[in-house]
Amino acid sequence: MTKNVSAHAVSLSRRKLLQASGIAAGGLLLATALPFSRRSYAEQYVNKGPEDAPLDTPTALGAFLRIGHDGQVTLISPKIEMGQGVQTGFAMMVAEELNVTLDQVRVQEAPPDEKLYGDKLLGFQATGGSSSTRSNWQPLREAAAAARLMLIQAAANQWGVSPEECRAENGKVIGPGNRELVYGALVDAAAKLPVPENVPLKKPEDYKVIGQPLRRLDTPGKVNGSAKFTIDLQLPGMKIATVNACPVVGGTLVSVDDSRARAVPGVRDVVKLDNAVAVIGDHMWAALKGLKALEIQWDMGPNAGIDSAQIERALHAAFDREGAIAAEAGDINKAIAGASSKIEAEYEMPFLAHATLEPMTCVAQVREDACELWVGTQVPVMAQQAAAKAAGLPPEKVIVNNQLIGGGFGRRLEADFIAQAAAIAKHVDYPIKLVWTREEDTAHDLYRPHYIDRFSAGLDANGMPVGWSHTIVGASVMARFAPAAVPPNGLDADAVEVSNKPIYKLPNLKVRYVPEAPKAILNSWWRGVGPLHGAYVMESFIDELAYAAKQDPVDYRMKLLGDHPRAQAVLKLAAEKANWSQKLPTGHGRGVAVQEVFGSYLATVVEMQVDAQNGIHITRLICVADCGEVTNPTSVHSQLEGGTMFGLSAALYNEITIKDGHVEQSNFHDYRQLRMSDAPPVETHIIPSHEVPGGIGEAGTAMIAPALVNALYAATGKRIRRLPVARAGYHVA
Amino acid sequence: MLTLNINGADHQVDVPDDMPLLWVLRDVLGMTGTKYGCGIAQCGACTVHLDGTAVRACVLPVSNIAQGQKIVTIEAVGKSDLGKKVQDAWLEHEVVQCGYCQSGQIMSAVALLTQHPDAGDAEIDAGMSGNVCRCCTYTRIRGAIKSVSQA
Ligand code: FES
Ligand code: FES
Repeated sequence: MTKNVSAHAVSLSRRKLLQASGIAAGGLLLATALPFSRRSYAEQYVNKGPEDAPLDTPTALGAFLRIGHDGQVTLISPKIEMGQGVQTGFAMMVAEELNVTLDQVRVQEAPPDEKLYGDKLLGFQATGGSSSTRSNWQPLREAAAAARLMLIQAAANQWGVSPEECRAENGKVIGPGNRELVYGALVDAAAKLPVPENVPLKKPEDYKVIGQPLRRLDTPGKVNGSAKFTIDLQLPGMKIATVNACPVVGGTLVSVDDSRARAVPGVRDVVKLDNAVAVIGDHMWAALKGLKALEIQWDMGPNAGIDSAQIERALHAAFDREGAIAAEAGDINKAIAGASSKIEAEYEMPFLAHATLEPMTCVAQVREDACELWVGTQVPVMAQQAAAKAAGLPPEKVIVNNQLIGGGFGRRLEADFIAQAAAIAKHVDYPIKLVWTREEDTAHDLYRPHYIDRFSAGLDANGMPVGWSHTIVGASVMARFAPAAVPPNGLDADAVEVSNKPIYKLPNLKVRYVPEAPKAILNSWWRGVGPLHGAYVMESFIDELAYAAKQDPVDYRMKLLGDHPRAQAVLKLAAEKANWSQKLPTGHGRGVAVQEVFGSYLATVVEMQVDAQNGIHITRLICVADCGEVTNPTSVHSQLEGGTMFGLSAALYNEITIKDGHVEQSNFHDYRQLRMSDAPPVETHIIPSHEVPGGIGEAGTAMIAPALVNALYAATGKRIRRLPVARAGYHVA
Repeated sequence: MLTLNINGADHQVDVPDDMPLLWVLRDVLGMTGTKYGCGIAQCGACTVHLDGTAVRACVLPVSNIAQGQKIVTIEAVGKSDLGKKVQDAWLEHEVVQCGYCQSGQIMSAVALLTQHPDAGDAEIDAGMSGNVCRCCTYTRIRGAIKSVSQA
């Protein structure tokens, strides 16, 4: 077991600590917590047997559950809340199998611990890839069901009856003669019992909590200003740091004249890193003014001359390389050569920034023998390792207190800003809160790759595809993020997702991937990840084939979806809801996209009118999902609505460009986001299903761009093959 | 020394004249419900009320606030009937996702409904388009405002 990492005495009582850390569901109230005064999470919560647990500590029933003597159930959530509603969903799963109501469950963030909290689908401890429900649906319900059986057994033992004569209900065990014991009175005895294996789970028809549209647990504090995000934390003695990193990736700091900065009232310190300068002040205003007053000399490094045009030329040139085969079936050359007609197209997607509304922020304190972080992160173990490296400490000396996230979208799967915070904090003897400016956040992101996709297809006399060739060029995110996960031929499973297993019947096909890492820009995960890219190109090209075959885009897809009844069902319902067969006036059009993404089936229909000034009026936006068993339908609807518009925002407006080695965009005035005035109403429909749950947090995002460009084509006859559509002169009217 | 009337109480602050109200609230007074998103009046995360009107605190130097002007922030907006109604509507409509923009959204919505108690789509577009929600909760924000509006 981890020993207390602090050399300083534990100054608050355990009871106080638990109160301090447990008040806000899904988050921590940190204003009362002193750095290093608490024992580590690992020590406090994990692997605690009842023997060494003081009486006021909730008793552990496995890695995920704690029950207090007051009956309060605490779920140790392996996933962080960033607005997707995951922690409420998890609490519902636990409430269901534990036979308690949702208000009896509170949620606490899991500490970094791959063994206990690693994601089985992703292969490491992370919140991402729309995997949360998929990975935890079974283990969380099993953990709660096992706990319920243990509590029943404990009561039966106490009463000297058989467990079959007892049942659990609403936080109590009820035995023969209606005698009752509350969970809180049983938990110590229960925790000593062996954990039952192969516990039976409830059948859908018996669900009382799962499937209900329940309100999220974390929202009340988010409407009255009391919820604390990382940026809101205040520790005693803490100062505010803000930073300028070298504008060009790979550049370094030569020198800095900080005399004017240090003269700014409230500026405390100026810290030099290899590639950045931080100013620390009593408040952000002092730090910001100090930052402006710095005179910095950079060595811009090898990427100083790079611009977008060069990057694009390199991507195009990569098509000449062989790359890796992602999928191959039949004889593509023969099939295309013998086809009645041939059609080709090239699509292109730009670099994208995440632009989470809460900019990158991390609270850090580093001492000689320990480091403590308070940070909203999608990757607690990576955060721990990155900070350890920056602080020059072994990882076990780094405590990570995960926090509510003000927008993740993949950005907080990276720990660059966390390492930077630790590196800055190492230079000072007080805790710092590193807050990136919006400008820093926009220009020092790790961006969604710029992809170029080339297709060629052969159609038979009926216009149906007989050969399908697809080549993908773009950066391999995986090669940078987790090189060990990429085979020697460079085949990145993320880059070819959707494309390598088309849901359409395509008898002869070949899919190639050529990785090409751009200069001057780092690439990472972005909401929608592989399917965002795959769905856009696949659904654009299939639409082109439908029009080339002079067939209705819905009918055409339907014919090719024979092996996928769930895909056909969402497509059918979306077409119905959209009145697809009803003719539209000139200048209006509908576009559709259907795919299996993240284990869910989605169909999205956009209906729009385009005016003479190239103004787009989206009149309807319909999204139909079959995402298997639904835990909380409200969350699914919300994620579909928000996720769809998130993708729409990018498809309409966004593109990160490079000039002289640096990112040209800086803030919301030049990296425009969807606003109320251009947000269409999104109609969402869920097809009831008892299939295993699919992911939903990114599914809507992946589907909107193709539906949008397909609708634009239907309305105008113009095919947009390069995003964003604003490049082609369109705007939202 | 400046005196700021915030949420009904006077606060004496000793800060530079050019310091935006946002940082005074957050870093000097510890009122962190008002958020930073852009610093250039482009996102609305920092919206507060100055004598009932929505203003962007990130570009409002404290010295521009006249003695006696009343500042209301998200921490106290629920003390008014309308503020409470709007907060309740936000929960009722399950508007919130990550929640980071929502302080500002609610402050803008309350100011909008104060000015236009019968706000419809056009007023909502005009009054709410200065507030970015990166989680794109716009559909539900619109629904929540309409449920409070007397239109
Ligand atoms: S922070 Fe003030 S408008 Fe964005
Ligand atoms: S709820 Fe996340 S930015 Fe609005």
